[in-house]
Amino acid sequence: MNSQTKKPLLEVQDLKVEIKTKVGSFVPVNGHSFSVHEGETIGIVGESGSGKSMTASALMRLLPKHVAKITEGSVRLDGKELLTLSEKQMRKVRGAEISMILQDPQTSLNPAFTVGSQIKEALRLHAPGPRRSLRSRAIDALKAVKVAAPEQRIDAYPGELSGGMRQRVVGAIAISCRPKVIIADEPTTSLDVTVQAQYLRLLRELQEETGMAILFITHDFGIVASLCHRVLVMYAGRIVESGPVGKIFANPAHPYTEALIATVPSLSGNQGRLRTIPGQPPSPAEKIVGCPFAPRCDYADARCRSEAPPTVLANGDSEHTTSCWRAVNQ
Amino acid sequence: MLRHLLLRSGSSLFALLIISMIVFSLSQLSGNPVDALLPDDATQEQIDTFIRDWGLDQPLWKQYMTFLGNAMLGDFGTSLKWPGESAMGFVLDRMPATLKLGGLAILISVVIALPLGIAAAYTKGSITDNAAQLFALLGQSMPNFWLGIVLIWVFSVWLGWLPTSGTGSFAHLILPAIAIAWFQISALTRLTRSAMLEVLDAEYVKLARVKGVPEWLVICKHAFRNAAVVPLTYFGILAASILTGSVVIESVYSYPGMGWVAIEAIRGRDFPVIQAVILAYAVIYMLSNLLVDLLYVVVNPRMHHG
Repeated sequence: MNSQTKKPLLEVQDLKVEIKTKVGSFVPVNGHSFSVHEGETIGIVGESGSGKSMTASALMRLLPKHVAKITEGSVRLDGKELLTLSEKQMRKVRGAEISMILQDPQTSLNPAFTVGSQIKEALRLHAPGPRRSLRSRAIDALKAVKVAAPEQRIDAYPGELSGGMRQRVVGAIAISCRPKVIIADEPTTSLDVTVQAQYLRLLRELQEETGMAILFITHDFGIVASLCHRVLVMYAGRIVESGPVGKIFANPAHPYTEALIATVPSLSGNQGRLRTIPGQPPSPAEKIVGCPFAPRCDYADARCRSEAPPTVLANGDSEHTTSCWRAVNQ
Repeated sequence: MLRHLLLRSGSSLFALLIISMIVFSLSQLSGNPVDALLPDDATQEQIDTFIRDWGLDQPLWKQYMTFLGNAMLGDFGTSLKWPGESAMGFVLDRMPATLKLGGLAILISVVIALPLGIAAAYTKGSITDNAAQLFALLGQSMPNFWLGIVLIWVFSVWLGWLPTSGTGSFAHLILPAIAIAWFQISALTRLTRSAMLEVLDAEYVKLARVKGVPEWLVICKHAFRNAAVVPLTYFGILAASILTGSVVIESVYSYPGMGWVAIEAIRGRDFPVIQAVILAYAVIYMLSNLLVDLLYVVVNPRMHHG
């Protein structure tokens, strides 16, 4: 997909989130800038605690109250600034224009209400209509996510459905109001592999039909390779590399990306032991001087440990950026 | 579902049977029932008639069967303290007064405790939360008879707003209802708070927000619906203990309900009335628990299929 010709649906500029706790404050999302275009899937990759989910919550403006706060930046959805909207205006956007698929299908549906009532609730809020049409639209949403026998399933309680089925229902809720952007926060982590593959195919088909943009959060580079057009690699609250999937796989510019790709086990050839990245990511409360990856990096030198690297083009490619001194030196 | 209810009703009836045995043995345990059931100045002729009428010359199990048969028809004999009144009739006569007072106390408990518990959980760690916790602690620390007396002192004697005791108007109900309710409010508030804390972080609560559901609906519908089972379970105990536990408060306020009758009957060694009161209380207890079993099914859809 050539992202230049499509219009950007989601534009994020210098987004910064601060968390205040009793032991001090830290910045899990530190100056993110990226955009997602119509019909495009962007993967956000990183280890646990790298700030992926925090980024997603910030975009939805659903950060934990009193604890986390967006301190800087701008988030524009189809040209409309979200960060200055009132809570009431933001509620009209949530679920209608930007939606989200949560991580755990076992717990993300409310056990006390039927599948249908949970889909209809979103429809009623954003696109009200007579009762009968709400029901038929809810059935349509279930059909869209390929739930078999939707007329019966609509009256089922979540507890009566399998994990894969529940995650489809969560997907149905997310797409029911035809949002422009969907954030999928590790939606397949808890599904088994075959169900996972079906679900990813489904997401791609839905995207082809509706042209929605998908922000896919994962720690699995394998999924990124098969689903995403572009990737943002996150480390310790920063985007350390971004670019088209093909270029990043072929030519990773950041040592962390390189290491992540190397950890994906391949089926061909006997690699012996599984590869890991030595060391631990910095704890969020840690004060970081220089490049956050330096302590785990094979190439780190004195400057990496004392000075934070700027974000620069990798290999002189305008679509591919990285924050690494090695790229600056080239 | 129906099976479940039948099972519960069955076990309730079985419990009632056990209670009837205990009640029956009460009059045996306290010595010769003749002494217990007849006034001290009864003549020998009265005693002989009594022994014949009550079958006291029969074996014990036969006596019990007679007692049980009569009890099922609501016949516990006539009151000794209030001559001419049938024991059960007298108790039933006072039951509406107790239900009225207990009903008000239950209403106050629920109307205050649920919102307070929800608000405390939602604002966890804030001033609201701490105030609610303090309020709950107070209620659980004060014995209700003591609270009853303090309330009389403040609102009746000192401020003169409400009557000290007796019955007749709605104003008479307010102080005793508060004295009964406060302890229950405390327990119910704390239970609601902890149940809400558990569900407020749930993924489905987040999903509701993701859908753009207004915050009050997120709390009251999505979160509370799932937390409700805990306070509901307690509600059975609460309703039963308010209705049957009004004995002390009814005495403090000289409120002529079943509790007051119970105390007076004990004081007057009026065994037929004591037996009737105990069984009436037992039936109330069981009915309110059965009601909770029914409400479970309403709240928890998973039980439709159980």
